Amino acid sequence: MTTLTDPPKESFRLSMLIYDTRYRSTTFQVIALIGFLTLIGWLFNNTAQNLADLGKEPSFRFLGEPAGYDINQRLIDYDSQSPHLRAAFVGLLNTLLVAVLGCITATILGVTIGVLRLSKNWLVAKVMTLYVEIIRNVPVLLWIVLTMAVMIENLPSPKDFRGEDPAATMQVFDSVAVTNRGIYVPEPLFTRGLGDAHLFGNSAMNFNISLDLWLVIAVLIAGFFVSAKIRKRADGIQEATGERPSTWYLRLGVIVVPLIITFVALGFHLGYPELKGFNFQGGTHMRNSLIALWLALSIYTAAFIAEIVRAGILAISHGQTEAAAALGLRPGKIMKLVVLPQALRVIIPPLISQFLNLTKNSSLAIAVGYMDITGTLMGITLNQTGRELETVMLGMLIYLTISLLISLVMNWYNERVKLVER
Amino acid sequence: MKKTVFFSALTLAGLAAGAATAGTLDDVKARGKLNCGVSTGVIGFAAPDANGVWQGFDVGVCRAVAAAVLGDQNAIEFVPTTGKTRFTALASGEIDMLARNTTWTYSRDVDLKFTFVGVNYYDGQGFLVPKSLGVSSATELDGATVCIQTGTTTELNLADYFRANNMSYEPVPIETNAEAQQQFLAGACDVFTTDASGLAATRSAFEKPGDYVLLPEIISKEPLGPLVRHGDDQWGDVVRWTLNALISAEELGVNSANIAELAAAAGNNPEINRMLGTEGNLGEMLGLDADWAVRAISVGGNYGELFEKNIGENTPVGLARGLNAQWTNGGLIYSPPFR
Repeated sequence: MTTLTDPPKESFRLSMLIYDTRYRSTTFQVIALIGFLTLIGWLFNNTAQNLADLGKEPSFRFLGEPAGYDINQRLIDYDSQSPHLRAAFVGLLNTLLVAVLGCITATILGVTIGVLRLSKNWLVAKVMTLYVEIIRNVPVLLWIVLTMAVMIENLPSPKDFRGEDPAATMQVFDSVAVTNRGIYVPEPLFTRGLGDAHLFGNSAMNFNISLDLWLVIAVLIAGFFVSAKIRKRADGIQEATGERPSTWYLRLGVIVVPLIITFVALGFHLGYPELKGFNFQGGTHMRNSLIALWLALSIYTAAFIAEIVRAGILAISHGQTEAAAALGLRPGKIMKLVVLPQALRVIIPPLISQFLNLTKNSSLAIAVGYMDITGTLMGITLNQTGRELETVMLGMLIYLTISLLISLVMNWYNERVKLVER
Repeated sequence: MKKTVFFSALTLAGLAAGAATAGTLDDVKARGKLNCGVSTGVIGFAAPDANGVWQGFDVGVCRAVAAAVLGDQNAIEFVPTTGKTRFTALASGEIDMLARNTTWTYSRDVDLKFTFVGVNYYDGQGFLVPKSLGVSSATELDGATVCIQTGTTTELNLADYFRANNMSYEPVPIETNAEAQQQFLAGACDVFTTDASGLAATRSAFEKPGDYVLLPEIISKEPLGPLVRHGDDQWGDVVRWTLNALISAEELGVNSANIAELAAAAGNNPEINRMLGTEGNLGEMLGLDADWAVRAISVGGNYGELFEKNIGENTPVGLARGLNAQWTNGGLIYSPPFR
């Protein structure tokens, strides 16, 4: 008689880690991970050791010390006695300014060019093709430097505006001065202004925001809100009766009238630039470094956005256009109501990376002396304090944060426009 | 097998890290080439000539060091650096020494961990303006647009000067001297400020130098000199005493014309003998051979000759000796004795 025994219970042996296919891949992954971490640790240790040998232990205390240098474009109060942290903040705001301006212009320009490239008009289509191919195939740094050089060499300097028979005159009813130091435009002023709101107290990050600006924005938002309500009501009436009441004057009125009242109440007037001393004084000074960077980044990124838009539109089946035409819609309406809304789903994801590219490319600002975060924190501060590692790390962290925030916002927008699957 | 490769890679990397900490003098000798940081191009101080050969006052110091250490004044890799990149280049070991109109300051010496080996030009910050601007003093510059090289001491002096005089200005930050010239000549800035010697050098390259004038105010002390990394005293000594040899040579009347004769045999001036190695063993103490100073001086002559040839009054730059005369002539140029 035979006795049935359980199959021998296999005990775990060390060699199974390699020879048993159940464990092998895990073993290799663990080894690779340990190796990778060792490498990172060694790099980190080596850096720390070398810095210690040089007597330069990593420290961020320099951020609290007076910067000592001046910055020309300041969106917040800053002077040479402010700390380095504040200088970095000024630079960050400058980066954000050019990034936001650039993204807006590039989108408008890109969408227009992308749509026009598909135009049935041969000349328009070819001109747009030429634009896209020329612009996107030359490095953006060259466009930035070229724009700057053209502005410096071709535009008149302020002294040309002087004298009995000046070589240059101001544009647009003597209100805009175009010089090789930048463009001076009239600035909005309020005689009965509400003053400023002070944020963040006395910290290095404190800044003032004009309450007038807040009020104007609030009035605008309220206007748009009411306007949307009126449109909803008109939609309702159209649903019920088939007649759409004419509401455009009402909708325009609720936006414009309160705005005008606000402006009058605040004592709105324009401050015009005027030639005083060496430079134009008064007005808003858009420095040529800002304009060169903004323009070059916009036209460069627009070329890529144009291609993305074109791809998005071509991705929409032609049947959609034909169906819309069969319903009697005109070409402009077809594009606006049928094609673009669907194309957006294809357009948004690659558009995000173009916005990220534009923001990161803005660090080329240094080529034209635009004082962005690279110019202040990772430029002059790095040089004056000798804290290479700390400033560059901090700079990378800031760019990373900006990029992730842009991604976050755009992904949220993408969620909204993407096809809802049921 | 995998492990072996990994560990040997680690060991190699460790060795490489270890080797980098050996003395700079040995590194330079082993490499057979001196990596010398210079400016991106300031006529008279450091700029490539029509044949692409680097010429100038600061370049002369590099060549003297190369000749002293390697015996060949052309065994140099010139590394052009901007005001911003120069310190990182030196600290990281990309260059062995920096001879680039660099101001000796407390924080650069103490905090940035560099060793200034001496002063080869006593300078001060000045302002260059077009004559047509109608300005005769820096105190009239309220509201002016000023072109300024970033990452320099001049940037900080400028901020201090305008603050102290309660004036405002618009800084236009630029990276290189060439950019500054472009902006200044196009009238994108009213004033160009940097060390007075640099302004004179820049002006000499203008099409019409006569249309531009240096304002009388000198707003800072700018002792310019070569520098090396902290912590390698032997290498620091080599560069320091090469510079001192050039300065002493002028004081003692040793020049490119008579050096061969003086170095051939011991003469009757013991200090010259010690310096040129015909007496004593100063070269050996430095880790070099006995003829090191002879070679250094033979390259471009003594300090005075270098000055006259590159930036002196008969050159387009046209700088007077002024503070940079020998101490025996009422200047500040003074070398410790070779003893």
